[in-house]
Amino acid sequence: MRKMILKAALAALLVSPAAVAVAADEVEVLHWWTSGGEAAALDVLKKKLESQGVTWKDMPVAGGGGEQAMTALRARVTAGNPPTAVQALGFDITDWANQGVLGDLNPVADKEGWDKVVPEALQKFSKHDGKWIAAPVNVHTTNWIWINKKALDAAGGKAPETWDELIAVLDKMKENGISPIGHGGQAWQDATIFDAVVLAEGTDFYKASMVDLDPAALNSDKMVGVFDKMAKLKEYVDADFSGRDWNLASAMVIEGKAGMQFMGDWAKGEFLKAGQKPGTDFVCVRFPGTQGAATFNADQFMMFKVGDDKLKAQEMMASDIMSPEFQSAFNVVKGSAPARTDVADTDFDDCGKKAIKDLAEANSNGKLFGSMAHGHANPAAVKNAMYDVITRHFNGEMDSKQAAQELADAVAAAKG
Amino acid sequence: MAQTQAEIVPVLTRRQSRAPKEVLQDWLPKLVLAPSFAIVLLFVYGFILFTVVLSFTGSKLLPDFSTWVGFSNYVRLFNHPNWLTSLKNLAIFASLYVIVCSVLGLGLAILLDQKIRAEGLIRPIYLYPMALSFIVTGVAWKWFLDPGIGLEHIVKDLGWESFSFRWIKDGQMAIYTIVIAAVWQSSGFVMAMFLAGLRGVDNEVIKAAQIDGASTVTIYRRIIIPLMRPVFLSAFVVLAHLAIKSYDLVVAMTDGGPGTSTWTPALFMQKFTFGRNEMGMGASSAIIMMMMIFSIIVPYLYSELRGERRT
Repeated sequence: MRKMILKAALAALLVSPAAVAVAADEVEVLHWWTSGGEAAALDVLKKKLESQGVTWKDMPVAGGGGEQAMTALRARVTAGNPPTAVQALGFDITDWANQGVLGDLNPVADKEGWDKVVPEALQKFSKHDGKWIAAPVNVHTTNWIWINKKALDAAGGKAPETWDELIAVLDKMKENGISPIGHGGQAWQDATIFDAVVLAEGTDFYKASMVDLDPAALNSDKMVGVFDKMAKLKEYVDADFSGRDWNLASAMVIEGKAGMQFMGDWAKGEFLKAGQKPGTDFVCVRFPGTQGAATFNADQFMMFKVGDDKLKAQEMMASDIMSPEFQSAFNVVKGSAPARTDVADTDFDDCGKKAIKDLAEANSNGKLFGSMAHGHANPAAVKNAMYDVITRHFNGEMDSKQAAQELADAVAAAKG
Repeated sequence: MAQTQAEIVPVLTRRQSRAPKEVLQDWLPKLVLAPSFAIVLLFVYGFILFTVVLSFTGSKLLPDFSTWVGFSNYVRLFNHPNWLTSLKNLAIFASLYVIVCSVLGLGLAILLDQKIRAEGLIRPIYLYPMALSFIVTGVAWKWFLDPGIGLEHIVKDLGWESFSFRWIKDGQMAIYTIVIAAVWQSSGFVMAMFLAGLRGVDNEVIKAAQIDGASTVTIYRRIIIPLMRPVFLSAFVVLAHLAIKSYDLVVAMTDGGPGTSTWTPALFMQKFTFGRNEMGMGASSAIIMMMMIFSIIVPYLYSELRGERRT
């Protein structure tokens, strides 16, 4: 028996160099881009790596937002066998970095000068303690309004630029017999609108309340005003909004049953899929009062610490992700803006061009912030505590004054 | 296998008086059960212990045993509005679910027990919902109760314009829609349990009562239903622990909405552990849930085992 074990061990020793040689050119990628458009976008990267002789070991875990993917990742990391690269969002990356399990991309990043081209607000997540730990793939800005052009024309034809104009358009749409706002009553969707309303109160206020979590800003008259505006917007939502998925809300706008939707630019994909053209069938504008500023969320591939045998392939993948050609090709398909500011916008549609221009402008003016609703302004525990209050207020369970008070309390409790 | 024989051999030599086959028969069940016993010990009781320990740590994203926070997770848990909502919902859901299911199940079973025609056809129809997963039930009822596409829409199309049934969109009433769906799913199963109980009632007793001139209603009320006591108890235990664990149905129907009005403890546990990176608090909520289930199961097992010893 013992002899047999010895033999097996010897055999394994003899075989292992070959096994290492195979693994050297392989990346294992955990992600949740499984739906049609997303999978097609990811395929661009896969093809590119394969042309460089790197095998792509796919590990998709379906479920938008990536909650299931993160659960799967927990198991892999606890077992001491993390994948090469994992799709991740915002503070999830920071959380993992704090566990000390992420690699160091500085050799590639320094060589290719990532520091200069990636927006600073984004670097906050891609870097940890001065080390690049993740390669950003895209930037979605979230303070958009998507308006049905026909419905807008019937309501005066001018896209709203101030809060009062917005209310006027919404009133007109209501008179015209459609539900003015296409919205789905899920906590993150309520929070997406909330994000934009807070940002419209000024970037300083956004930073103080959502990023710095200043109790004085959270429970302030300004915040009560924000909640009042949320309650006002609620009046323009149809009665059956609760629980509706965001893409169904987009469909309402596309079909003309609803006038407009407040949503990040992934919504554009729904409009394009339905054969609509930006400018002629639908209009994309920033939420009134937020032109020049932007809230974002960004998909990144965080890179785990791997053995030296896999390092080469990992660095190759990171380098490919950051190449301008890939950033352009991927984001044209995905509907987002590139994660570096020096990518040509020639292949993008009008809304894409606007996204790239707005992003660069907000970045250079220091008015680009991580989106609270999408986990880029504060950690998951705080974000969800905010969700609770925002969604309960939006569903009429409390008044604005109480909501501001509870918001401050809930954040304090979640921080503890 | 070689090892097991080696263990058995000394036993054989020591006890000459017993035939080897008999000894093997003694040992075999224990040997066969040992692996599964060890697995259950580790993966059920071991991990319960693990969760207990976890609930006293400040674990966030991953288990972290270096931070010891005592009972603070439990304190935060019982100060959290979502947990209090979850408990309130559990109280409403569990009591209605258990009572309505038992009453409906018993009623259906009594009606089916009247030696009606085509019972073999009707029984599986009532049982069939149990074959569906709660996710399927949840999605089906979500659509059916949605005012825009479901029941309300259809009734309005049929001409009753003022008809309104929008509980699922109403934070005050949404929890009751979950009760409706859960009752629809489980009452057939409870019916089967009662039916089996009714078939087990001794015919002699009923005949004796009939000779004494008791009406059918009296026979059921005074004789048969009291005889169903053990079935009531079993049904209660099955339904109550299903209610405490209720997760998939809620996720499929409302995902805790509108707002946070239909959160349940199981939903709370999942969302806090995996969605909010509050593993310590998630673990403490799991422990509270386990204590609730134990408080139902343990007395039941105790009474069952005591009953066995008596016979």
